[in-house]
Amino acid sequence: MNYLPNIIFAIALIVGFGYFARNVKKLVRNIKLGQDVDVSDNRSLRWKNMINIALGQSKMVKRPVSGFMHVIVYVGFVIINIEVLEIIIDGLFGTHRIFSSVLPEAVYGFLIGTFEVLAILVFVAVVIFWIRRNVIKLARFWKSEMKGWPKSDGNIILYFEMVLMTLFLIMNATDLHFQEMNTGNIISQYITPLFSGMSEGAIHFVERTAWWLHIVGILIFLNYLYFSKHLHILLAFPNTFYGRVNNKGELNNLASVTAEVKMMMDPDADPFAAAPEGAEDEVPAKFGASDVQDLSWVQLLNAYTCTECGRCTSECPANLTGKKLSPRKIMMDTRDRLEEVGKNIDANNGEFKDDGKQLLGDYITNEEIWACTSCNACVEACPVSIDPLSIIIEMRRYLVMEKSDAPTELNNMMTNIENNGAPWPYNQQDRLNWKNE
Amino acid sequence: MSEQLNVPTMAELMAAGKTPDILFWVGSAGSYDDRAKKITKAFVKILNKAGVNFAVLGTEESATGDLAKRAGNEFLFQMQAMMNIEVLNMYEVKRIVTCDPHSFNCLKNEYPGLGGVYDVVHHTQFIKQLIDSKKLDIKESDYKGKQITFHDPCYLGRANSEYDAPRDVLSALNANLVEMKRSKATALCCGAGGAQMFKEPEKGDKDINELRTEDALKTNPDIIATACPYCMTMMSDGVKVKEKEAQIKVMDIAELIASSQNL
Repeated sequence: MNYLPNIIFAIALIVGFGYFARNVKKLVRNIKLGQDVDVSDNRSLRWKNMINIALGQSKMVKRPVSGFMHVIVYVGFVIINIEVLEIIIDGLFGTHRIFSSVLPEAVYGFLIGTFEVLAILVFVAVVIFWIRRNVIKLARFWKSEMKGWPKSDGNIILYFEMVLMTLFLIMNATDLHFQEMNTGNIISQYITPLFSGMSEGAIHFVERTAWWLHIVGILIFLNYLYFSKHLHILLAFPNTFYGRVNNKGELNNLASVTAEVKMMMDPDADPFAAAPEGAEDEVPAKFGASDVQDLSWVQLLNAYTCTECGRCTSECPANLTGKKLSPRKIMMDTRDRLEEVGKNIDANNGEFKDDGKQLLGDYITNEEIWACTSCNACVEACPVSIDPLSIIIEMRRYLVMEKSDAPTELNNMMTNIENNGAPWPYNQQDRLNWKNE
Repeated sequence: MSEQLNVPTMAELMAAGKTPDILFWVGSAGSYDDRAKKITKAFVKILNKAGVNFAVLGTEESATGDLAKRAGNEFLFQMQAMMNIEVLNMYEVKRIVTCDPHSFNCLKNEYPGLGGVYDVVHHTQFIKQLIDSKKLDIKESDYKGKQITFHDPCYLGRANSEYDAPRDVLSALNANLVEMKRSKATALCCGAGGAQMFKEPEKGDKDINELRTEDALKTNPDIIATACPYCMTMMSDGVKVKEKEAQIKVMDIAELIASSQNL
């Protein structure tokens, strides 16, 4: 009977990590639905980006207020989780604060003291985050795409963190043995008096409850990630690694188009020649992207990484002037559609069954796609190297090359380029006239 | 025109057995747009003054295809690119300078993959080089003490991380350079990019160039400086909408340099 808590703890761990692993597998499968893209270049720059941008939070602090608080929550989250290691060992082996008997008392006290200070700082930062969202109502958290689940999601995460930090401090405050040690209880010693009226047994019960809720809460939070924008705490790392390494202005040249254009321009090419062996497979199903499977896996990873902070949208010239385009919505739509496709595959024994829907049209409208100025403000603003512009361009490619569905003025402009080598209807022979005007 | 501009073409130089040090890529706007042509001419005056051995393609130049690419027409872009690359490679062009950040970006970043590898510089970078190497001597300028704010073109700034060259050139004028609240990496687009220049904007509550002009007006400028023919159109229109064209001039950096030296 003595082993019952250990067994329950082990089961909780297995269920918690097991379900998470199952969802991570699904996540990887969904990301791999994207087109393959070569990311083997610029290894050292990629590592540097990951270390600076994800680990070092270099882009977060471009906005000092939210950046500073984010660093607190981030550092707190990472460091306090060292404590989880102790909790897991204690839970599995029935020990109590195993590190306190392994480590010198001063070291243990220093560690826990650090955690306590961080816990209170995280709590304060999270409260300020909540106030920014719900009381000050910062515009970027109240855009039209932030209704319903995205809005609740943002708040639920904050509540989770508040509760977890509170439980951690209560757990320490009601651990009478730990309080007697009187080292590392920098914050919790002020919480202990709140329980002074209670019997020792009752206080112990509170301590056990807080301990259990804390670890179970962490496991629930871990599993919440897959359903939440909060996935960025994991995916920011691969995303900054696989993010753009060339100049932001460079759009990729479609290799499939290059092949066709070269053939068109080659006077010796035989237009009626049969395609070489195997060439059939190389021709893409379509130019550009109308659905998530047409995007690259990096773009799909981008979508899962997006934490809906809205820094992109708050810098987007189209959005700032009241147009429908919101780069954040492009990423949210991409993720929503990808999830829908993933569920479709789950429901149909691993095969995607056409559901008559696609990302472009059912989620993202042409109006949004055509409002973009390709200015890269969204790409620059993203703290985790997401590139909404590349998705917009892929959809324009689809609209123009597959559907001939560009705004009329743009079609006129393109006809002019085709006929006169300029976007206006001027004769190419007049191109140097300015010299003598 | 009081004085004749010296604008040799590649074909003329080739016929004379000469090769220029650099090709001036005029671009479609610089060739045909009335306002942008003034920028082109100002830049040529600077090139002439500094004794730069340059040439243009003239009637052999065609649109880079950048606009088509941003509008989603990759076919048209690559056709334009390959035709241009054929001409450029035929003349064995090594260096290119252009006043258009869109051409700059396209030639620099998107042509290499299609066989067109050149050392491409923007005219603000080139003018800076001329000043630094003393080929262009900036004497007393009419703009001393004038309040100038610089609008970063997206395709020079964010797209290619060039924020300093235009500012360095402006500082040579001894003007009072004031930054807009949104500048450099966070500069607001003028609204022309991504082929927007050629279509009506989508429904909204304001035009982008108006918002950007408001940014500029907040600095109380005598002059709004630009370095892109499309930004020029947008900012000029914005100033007109705000009915400030009598007080505030919109000028390209090449024009500021040329006029300050009475070229």
